[in-house]
Amino acid sequence: MATAAAHKSATSRYVVAYISILSIAALQFVIAYSNVTAPQMFARMLFLAAVEAALALLFFMHLSENHGLLGFVLILTVFVLLAMQYGWTDSFRELLGAPWSNYSKY
Amino acid sequence: MGHVVIMGAHAGGMEKPAFSVPAKKMAMWLFIIADTATFAGCLVAYGFLRNATPDWPRPFHSITNVAIMTFILVTSSLTMLFAMAAAKAGDKEKAFRWTLITAGGGILFALLHIREWLGLIHEGMTLLKNPWGTGLFGAAFFSITGLHLLHVTGGVIALVVVGIRYRGGHYSADDLEITGLYWHFVDLVWMFVVPFVYLLNLSH
Repeated sequence: MATAAAHKSATSRYVVAYISILSIAALQFVIAYSNVTAPQMFARMLFLAAVEAALALLFFMHLSENHGLLGFVLILTVFVLLAMQYGWTDSFRELLGAPWSNYSKY
Repeated sequence: MGHVVIMGAHAGGMEKPAFSVPAKKMAMWLFIIADTATFAGCLVAYGFLRNATPDWPRPFHSITNVAIMTFILVTSSLTMLFAMAAAKAGDKEKAFRWTLITAGGGILFALLHIREWLGLIHEGMTLLKNPWGTGLFGAAFFSITGLHLLHVTGGVIALVVVGIRYRGGHYSADDLEITGLYWHFVDLVWMFVVPFVYLLNLSH
């Protein structure tokens, strides 16, 4: 009886997470047609994608039930993702010349 | 007697599984972390190129196809969860059915993806050139979406194989759950590919 109730509760949680992810994805599609600058659009898309990913990690991949593993995965992943950001200054240099020399153009 | 003592010493020296997670599941999590780095590397490289290239193309006129693909992939994650729930409840047939439905979603996704690729190729896009702007776009687009498509294809094969072996009693519900983890990861990656590769390159 308790198992059946737990099963029903888990299924409801999955469906709520699924609807939330689809709604956020739909919001991204709406934002894609909105009249905002490229950096603004990028920031919004990144934020919403991160929320979607968090929902999938916590509820689809069950990390909400294992806080130790959640910490382990987050620390490793966030470290790797942050370590990859070193190239952006060079990317702007390719576009604008020496870093910040033409900052006013940007 | 000596043998018993040695066995006992080994048993006493056994470590508990890390984070109370079985070794096979932990291996899948480590693979997922490593694969996250692979996809993140591709997306960051793509971002670098897009940022540094003034004539970056915006070739996508419609989002209908990518919206349907997104719906199918996210829905297939839900059906995988239903398969896992059935497996944990001990209902092998139901778990197998949901696993096949999930694999079917993956096949549908792959077919739509290939259709989209063929459309772009028909418009003149290749790895090295396209009619709209810098040739780097084709290389970046086909690399990222191709790597994801490869993961989807591998996932479909894994789902079918593990599903069949689970129904046959060779694999356990844990094995099905581990395959499910991989499938959710494929879905998770798509959540970043869609906005950055498709939606930010929409022609207005």
